[in-house]
Amino acid sequence: MATHETLTIIDEGRPTAVTARVLDDHVWLSSAGMNDALGWELTPEGLCRGNVCVPCPDGLLEGPLGSDAPAIDLTRLAAVLRRPVALDSDERAVYLGAPAQARAEALASLAAPDFTLPDLQGRSHSLANHRGKKVFLVAYASW
Amino acid sequence: MHEELKQFGFTVITVALDANPEDVRPWIEAAAPTHPSLIDRRRLVADLYNMVNVPTVLWIDEEGRIVRPNDVAFPDDTFRNFTGLEAAAHLEALRAWVREGRRPFTVEQIHELQVVPSASDQEARAEFGLGLWLYEQGRSEAADRHFVRAGELAPHNFTIRRGALRLRGLDPFGPVFKEMVRAWRAEGHTYYRPLRPAGSPRDGGGSRAGRDPADGAP
Repeated sequence: MATHETLTIIDEGRPTAVTARVLDDHVWLSSAGMNDALGWELTPEGLCRGNVCVPCPDGLLEGPLGSDAPAIDLTRLAAVLRRPVALDSDERAVYLGAPAQARAEALASLAAPDFTLPDLQGRSHSLANHRGKKVFLVAYASW
Repeated sequence: MHEELKQFGFTVITVALDANPEDVRPWIEAAAPTHPSLIDRRRLVADLYNMVNVPTVLWIDEEGRIVRPNDVAFPDDTFRNFTGLEAAAHLEALRAWVREGRRPFTVEQIHELQVVPSASDQEARAEFGLGLWLYEQGRSEAADRHFVRAGELAPHNFTIRRGALRLRGLDPFGPVFKEMVRAWRAEGHTYYRPLRPAGSPRDGGGSRAGRDPADGAP
């Protein structure tokens, strides 16, 4: 059963509530919702985000291009972008992660991926702040 | 160590892969570090660097390039009986790099030693991310399903399998964890994946053979 209700799209940890329809493990949302949640928008040039445009992939839209409110298949979009998807229809939440290829290529370049995280006092620190020093990066946990 | 070596243009950065900063606060406050001690609730660094267990250490040079990829190292020999890892070997190699610029590996060796993530690794991380978000919304039953699914997709990833236990209301040092490790080892895997020490001769059968925990794990 398809329902139009609020759904939370979590883009690598960043949540946005959109109106969406969930049907058979596919999530359909409006162009505006896709833009809010993921930064992609539908233009005459195709699917664009920042400077990047790709031709609108087959099967992405329900209904003809240019109709008033095209419904976009988020699951198909994620597949085209090679992003992993975790969907919980009952909980109305879907998480889009980082593509393996992007992570693998970044690591294989041997350039240490930058990150910005807070300390216990809430101050932000970036790895890039320490360019010019040798860095010993340690990940640990209380578990 | 940070204090000893910082005059050589060296810094330690620690990253706690904990969902709740309060779980690591006692550790950080006791250590009173003068280096950045960061909190990574969402396991961003684990994702970026394809970390699958803790502790994981990496060396990064002044140009921001990885000099030594993901390795397991403890600050002392407290866990040597469990891990088979001598703290001294890693520390010695580290001092040689910091003080003398002696690199532990060639670029080819680094490429060989790196383990890059697969599609299912990233699917596991997406499931874990969904679980974490649901957990933070107070929907712990739903969260649990996704933590379990994440562990199924990446059974070698203990930042997920062990890292989720407390979020699932389980003890990460208790019987569920011990059984997890026992079953993993019974399949012929090791719990930790250390690199071979720098400078040791290359063994024929792969460069990531570490001795397995003798009995249980810290």
